[in-house]
Amino acid sequence: MKRSRLLGVALASIALSVGALGAAQAADPLKMAFVYVGPVGDGGWTFAHDLGRKAMEKALGSKVSTSFVENVPESGDAERVIRDLATKGNTIILTTSFGYMDSTLKVAKSFPKVEFYHATGFKSASNVTIYNSRMYEPAYLAGIIAGHMSKTGKLGFVASFPIPEVVRNINAYTMGARSVNSKITTKVVWVSTWYDPSKERQAAEALIGQGADVLLQNTDSSATLQTAQDKGVYAFGWDSDMAAYAPKAHLASAIETWGGYYTKLAEAALAGKPLKQTVWGGIREGMNDLVNVNPVIPETARKIVAAKKAEIAGGMQVFTGPIMGQDGSVKVAAGKSLTDKEIDSVNWYVEGVEGQLPGQK
Amino acid sequence: MLRLEPRTSPSHAMAIASPVIAAVAMLVTGFLLFRLLGKDPVEAAYIFFVKPLNSSYGLGELLLKATPLMLCALGLGLGFQANVWNIGAEGQLTMGAIFGGGVALWLGDSSTWWGLPLMLVAGVIGGMLWAAIAAWLRTRFNTNEILVTLMLVYIAQLYLSYLVHGPWRDPAGHNFPQSRGFADAQTMPLLFDGGRTNWGFLFGLILAGALWFFSRRTYAGFRLQVAGLAPAAAAYAGFSEKRNIWLALLISGATAGLAGICEVAGPIGQMQQQISPGYGFAAIIVAWVGRLHPIGIVLASLLMSLLYLGGESGQMSMALPSAITGLFQGLLLFYLLAADLFITFRLRNVRTTGQPDQAPAAPVAAASSGGPGATPLESSP
Repeated sequence: MKRSRLLGVALASIALSVGALGAAQAADPLKMAFVYVGPVGDGGWTFAHDLGRKAMEKALGSKVSTSFVENVPESGDAERVIRDLATKGNTIILTTSFGYMDSTLKVAKSFPKVEFYHATGFKSASNVTIYNSRMYEPAYLAGIIAGHMSKTGKLGFVASFPIPEVVRNINAYTMGARSVNSKITTKVVWVSTWYDPSKERQAAEALIGQGADVLLQNTDSSATLQTAQDKGVYAFGWDSDMAAYAPKAHLASAIETWGGYYTKLAEAALAGKPLKQTVWGGIREGMNDLVNVNPVIPETARKIVAAKKAEIAGGMQVFTGPIMGQDGSVKVAAGKSLTDKEIDSVNWYVEGVEGQLPGQK
Repeated sequence: MLRLEPRTSPSHAMAIASPVIAAVAMLVTGFLLFRLLGKDPVEAAYIFFVKPLNSSYGLGELLLKATPLMLCALGLGLGFQANVWNIGAEGQLTMGAIFGGGVALWLGDSSTWWGLPLMLVAGVIGGMLWAAIAAWLRTRFNTNEILVTLMLVYIAQLYLSYLVHGPWRDPAGHNFPQSRGFADAQTMPLLFDGGRTNWGFLFGLILAGALWFFSRRTYAGFRLQVAGLAPAAAAYAGFSEKRNIWLALLISGATAGLAGICEVAGPIGQMQQQISPGYGFAAIIVAWVGRLHPIGIVLASLLMSLLYLGGESGQMSMALPSAITGLFQGLLLFYLLAADLFITFRLRNVRTTGQPDQAPAAPVAAASSGGPGATPLESSP
């Protein structure tokens, strides 16, 4: 009894002194590091994260100091980079690609005092928090535009990996288009990489060759959009505003805006209460948007898109029934919606998507 | 007019010194480059070349990253000596990973003592089989092994991609193309706690010794050397060219396969689509920087590994772009090739003498008498 009380006092005093130490260090800037899968100049995914980093730096000034490592492969190297960043005194580390999941968890185990934020994975831990953006919302809006703009009735999608995050964007894009024209179909080409402009270009060329005239991609560069412009068809920007890369082909950009979230999580850490909640925001939370809508799109279509965007911002769920599967069977009944958990594990195509998910029987 | 002339006897000392000259030239260029970028070059050099090594973890990572480079380069170096140009070590590495990794997945959670040795053997066999295709085509149809080994890289990578997208995919992995993690019994034992360096590095050192012994002390090794240095002499001596090609490709395939299984059973710990950031190709530079000599290759692989780590360190501490690693690797190879050129050739300022119509005779004579002993004629004693 007495001993345990003594222990309690000892623990309390340690906690106090650690707290005091934390207060004394508060004058130092909060060190945050980012791990990027592509180059910061990819114009898409990694560029968007880097814009978020800069926006946060601007908002918080000298209270934070940031660094990043780009082009880190999703292989044995990721673990070293993440560990190095942790040993260099970074107290917040953001690993911004799906494939960093296991490396992040492994390193997080040996650095319990560092907070890790992993973009788009599905495994968390006491100091690993997941964040993601509901890109299927702007993908759905892009689909509505595609439905109005396609002459061939065939859409193309350059896809990276058959994970739920990508599959649901293909689905949302197709659903948006079919809400305008129920005969539209979507062809998908898988490139098995996040960032490889030459592979992305080849995939886009293959899709255009098969008659697709409005393309969307879930890869990180602007290659698909630029290919579309070269071949005289339409496409969208993805992750970042890509209008400048191909102004003629560019219909709109589905962008991610990480700055607000990064600022919030840095502020929380500065206040000593790091965010631990899984974050999955969309248009409503200001984590993504559809921007820079091209004036060549008919006025009526633009109005429909604006109205749908307002509905989504007001809480409308994109994956609301009736939704049919590829074989025409009802996947989601009228009036029902997929739960977040279902959206995050989707491994089936909606009606209108052609072909088979890789590895599915 | 400047002209390259072959030297009568290339300097042996310079052949050994040229990698050092190349490394120094690379450093000097890097120094100037950092200055141009407005970074303190001394600090940059420290961050690039010293900082990655000033912790035991950093040293361990240096060895870890050097391991696949060393394993691949040792085998390649032996082949290059014999004029067998296997540039597809990346594919043999991938096949080694597939064979060995397949055994690991088949073993599942079982923890038998023979599991890991079996994986290593399977990895070696995988690499050898992949190189054997090129050897067979070369010896049977006289196909160019440079093209065949290179193209087999893409086939191996696509086969791996198929496996991790389909039959080997982790059912609990949300469709991401990767397998389940290997069980502890199926991963390489670490050399020391707190790091990731595994037995693979020791294999590299042992292999370096074994290959040195093979090429300097065995008859088969001697035949390979002669085939490279003087193919006509080798043919005259009755050394089978086919046997040399088979031997060179099988050995380099085996070491690359070993590198592959050491990677997936080491730092990666599962099968996934991306298992090597181009180790098999970087190993070609390593083999040349190491002068195709086992000891040189061990040192060169450490240098190349340091360039990777330095690139990461430079990004973290000085916000340098990641392209800096590739830039330094390119500089190193460029200077090495340049230095090697001047071992066998020399640059001479040769005055053209074949223009009697245009120039009067007197000024030519005056000019040549003005230069102290630099007339072209003197170069041929």
